[in-house]
Amino acid sequence: MSDLIEIRWHARAGQGAITASKLLAETALLKGKYIQAMPEYGPERTGAPLKAYTRISDVPIDVHNNIVKPTIVVVLDDTLLPVVDVLEGLDENGILLINTTKSIDQIRDELGVAPTIKIAVVDAKHIALDTIKRDMPNTPTVGALVQVAKMVTVEALKENLIIDFGKKFTQDVVDANLASVDRAAQEVVSQ
Amino acid sequence: MANVTVLGATGNQMVAEAFRQAKVDVLPAYPITPQTTMVENFAKYVADGRVHTEYVAVESEHSALSASIGASAAGARVATATAAQGLALMFEELYIASGMRLPIVMANANRALSAPINIHGDHSDVMSCRDCGWIVLFAETAQEAYDQTIISFPIAENPNVLLPVMTTLDGFVTTHAMERCELMDDDTVAAYVGDRVPENALIGGPKAVSHGMFSSLGGPYFKLKKVQREALENSKPYIQAEGDKWAAITGRKFEFVEKWECDDADYIMVIAGSSAGNARVVARELRAEGLKVGIARIRLYRPFPVAELVDILKDAKAVAVLDRSDCFGAQFGPIGLDVASALYSAGAQVPMRNYIYGLGGADVTLDALRQAFTELPQVASGELDQSLNYLGVR
Repeated sequence: MSDLIEIRWHARAGQGAITASKLLAETALLKGKYIQAMPEYGPERTGAPLKAYTRISDVPIDVHNNIVKPTIVVVLDDTLLPVVDVLEGLDENGILLINTTKSIDQIRDELGVAPTIKIAVVDAKHIALDTIKRDMPNTPTVGALVQVAKMVTVEALKENLIIDFGKKFTQDVVDANLASVDRAAQEVVSQ
Repeated sequence: MANVTVLGATGNQMVAEAFRQAKVDVLPAYPITPQTTMVENFAKYVADGRVHTEYVAVESEHSALSASIGASAAGARVATATAAQGLALMFEELYIASGMRLPIVMANANRALSAPINIHGDHSDVMSCRDCGWIVLFAETAQEAYDQTIISFPIAENPNVLLPVMTTLDGFVTTHAMERCELMDDDTVAAYVGDRVPENALIGGPKAVSHGMFSSLGGPYFKLKKVQREALENSKPYIQAEGDKWAAITGRKFEFVEKWECDDADYIMVIAGSSAGNARVVARELRAEGLKVGIARIRLYRPFPVAELVDILKDAKAVAVLDRSDCFGAQFGPIGLDVASALYSAGAQVPMRNYIYGLGGADVTLDALRQAFTELPQVASGELDQSLNYLGVR
């Protein structure tokens, strides 16, 4: 990874992509990094495709525009794959992480992903249904992301979840989210 | 010793924190995108008892500034916040606040003006109010929005100033993006801003006074306008002094115009607000490629820092002035007009090209900024004229 990590999130409004973009950024912040997290600003319409962005750096971040050449692309909903060009601008040595039940080979074939790009897949939907008891794939997907990309550790993510979600949710909800991160970190596969 | 909390926060969150820490007495506001989360956060602090402010949920921005004027005349520390159409609706009160010399602090989430309807960031709203007699500041980041809001209170309330201050941050890019920020502890901010000590308040002052008097033909209106102009011009040393005092606590320098690599620069870009960081990214690349470029970033826009800018720009071979709003019918955008007249009055013959960019939140791409920089050698040689150009219009 170079100095500046730029992540673009693709999701449908309501799936928690903005929370995910901030959760990852805040975890990196706790570890002394400089960060940015922002949605692509527009009207909120549940179910509509949206983008969000996270930047992580060891030095202050000057750039403030949308991310057009991401090092990592995360897709929270695989029904977006035929609709949105998720590969647009992705670094040739980058990472593509998708919440899907499809295999890595299927994704590589269907989207024509270059062999230099690492693909990671995780069934975050079912992990969320098992642990959080609703289809909210954001937290397990962030768990899978840090397991694969290692910009922070899974333990650091869990520390931040306890602090951040602890302010807003009951202990049961926090525990369920922590369990979803562990499951996703175990189950994500990449190549 | 000041305690610092490092946190991830948006510009709107940081301004709400600044209002809370400044212990504002009265805050009348009407929510409008992209200012909404600022007043939402502040209203929550009031509801949670974290600040004892009279939060007035008014029915329009016209009322928000009217209530601010009343409260400030009464002697209270007052803040409000708005954006775009909301600022436009405040227009008549803007002149009343400055004409009555009321130290109101207003945060503006810079946004495009309709039509067509557009909720995104540019400087059309604040620039349309640039001649209303307010001190106007531009922030680049959420951190600067916080610092700038805090210093605005002692600037406005200084008995030698007594002017309203508009502390602005760019809509969405600064108001809504989460960044690494440093929050000072409450006691440090309280000690820094102190209390408002009004000398001529309606309530609680040493003697009874009236505000908002009539002054027609034969009255002092004409003279008061001259005094108002002088007051705005004379506010500069007090603005710098407060910036320096806050910098001594935080370590974050305040300059009317931030110079970036200007000393040996052949070509300089003048810019204000959140896009300056993008300009620095491009300028670093261009310096590595051998083009000596610099950036003059305006933080204090009114009163306009004429001497400071002339000093920075006078020896450049060419200057690009970037405007995120337009003055329809005029030769240039607002900063373009200001820079051109500053250079002219100083007798500095520096070729200048004016670029209008990023209107309605259009993404300010690095390629577009590179184009503005790399055209400057042709502006210097006369191959390109000194005109106004819309940068990166698709």
